[in-house]
Amino acid sequence: MKTRHKRMAFILVGLAGLAVAAGLVLNALNSNLALYISPSDVLAGQAPKDKAFRLGGMVVEGSLQRQEDGLTVHFEVTDNHKTIPVAFTGILPDLFQEGQGVVAQGRMEGGMFKATEVLAKHDENYMPPQVADMLEKGEKAKQAAGATAP
Amino acid sequence: MGFKNSIAWYYFSAPKNFYVLAGRLIPWFWGAAIVLLAVGLYMSFFVAPTDYKQGESYRIIFVHVPAAWMSMFIYLLMAAYAIIGLSWKVRMAEMMASALAPTGAMFTFLALWTGAFWGKPTWGTYWVWDARLTSELILLFLYIGFMSLQSAIDDPRRASRASALLAIVGVINLPIIYWSVKWWNTLHQGASVSPTMAPKMASTMLTVMFIMAVAFWMYTIAVVLMRARRIILERERQTTWVMDLVKAGTGDKQ
Repeated sequence: MKTRHKRMAFILVGLAGLAVAAGLVLNALNSNLALYISPSDVLAGQAPKDKAFRLGGMVVEGSLQRQEDGLTVHFEVTDNHKTIPVAFTGILPDLFQEGQGVVAQGRMEGGMFKATEVLAKHDENYMPPQVADMLEKGEKAKQAAGATAP
Repeated sequence: MGFKNSIAWYYFSAPKNFYVLAGRLIPWFWGAAIVLLAVGLYMSFFVAPTDYKQGESYRIIFVHVPAAWMSMFIYLLMAAYAIIGLSWKVRMAEMMASALAPTGAMFTFLALWTGAFWGKPTWGTYWVWDARLTSELILLFLYIGFMSLQSAIDDPRRASRASALLAIVGVINLPIIYWSVKWWNTLHQGASVSPTMAPKMASTMLTVMFIMAVAFWMYTIAVVLMRARRIILERERQTTWVMDLVKAGTGDKQ
């Protein structure tokens, strides 16, 4: 083996070793690298008890209620398995919508999550409004067909 | 065929020949960059349709995503040159790695900056410490570390070797950036475009994004070749061909 090939092999083996080490470290840190905790995990007791954390999931359709003071909102966050009610006083981001992703920071008080900050999480789909309308109509037609068919 | 190619490879790995070739290529890459950037930006604003959810604010994607791609591609390229420079001791490869770093850092900064300005109106925050944003910030620090290490050591060959090692170790960060949105839950959304899935974007939007990406590539090549030529003159200033060039007062001509 020539010297330069040896050097090359040395670098590549070193890099592979580093990759394995990094993989193990990241795997060990796994839960700390997550930005938010899902409602199921929170209800399973995996969220910190007396510390603020972030709750993430979907806003349940039809759950958004404005309170009388005009600033406080109540809504429910779900991961399609468990659901947690959330209260928040403040301005919601523009993309906050029912049926959309949300990440809220705060803590559990009783059965309710009191949020101090609410961020909207959007998905990776981009399309013109006309296409979105078309897709929605198509979905509805499919559901109607599914309901009438045996 | 392979024999001919390997001759071209050796021929242009000589700084003198590379200097001449780069000088001839630079205007073409600049031309392509300017034309594609003009077309890409025009299409970003006036041709690409409005998004059904984000409205007009999503248009920053046409700078944000290509810049983020470049930030990772350039790092990969820089590390590849670092490996070649370290194991083959090719001077030209060492110089190319140094020439790539500032442009890579610029694109990383651009991706972070446009991302912050996009995050505020959509997510509701400029910054959040999620895995994607944090690992991209680490990439910026790696570029800055590479450049600082290089300028901290006086002997250029030793400086190249030390910084090459840093560049190679930093490669570990690239898969972390790329798959962070898949491995951990993040505020940043998943990939809209990836080699293994159908794109999750309207085709016009996708076309504009690719035009911008090619424009950024052309710009990168033009700027990096210019920087490489400057580095060659600086490092090879003891050689007769550079001295002749300077004596003739045509330092900027081919």
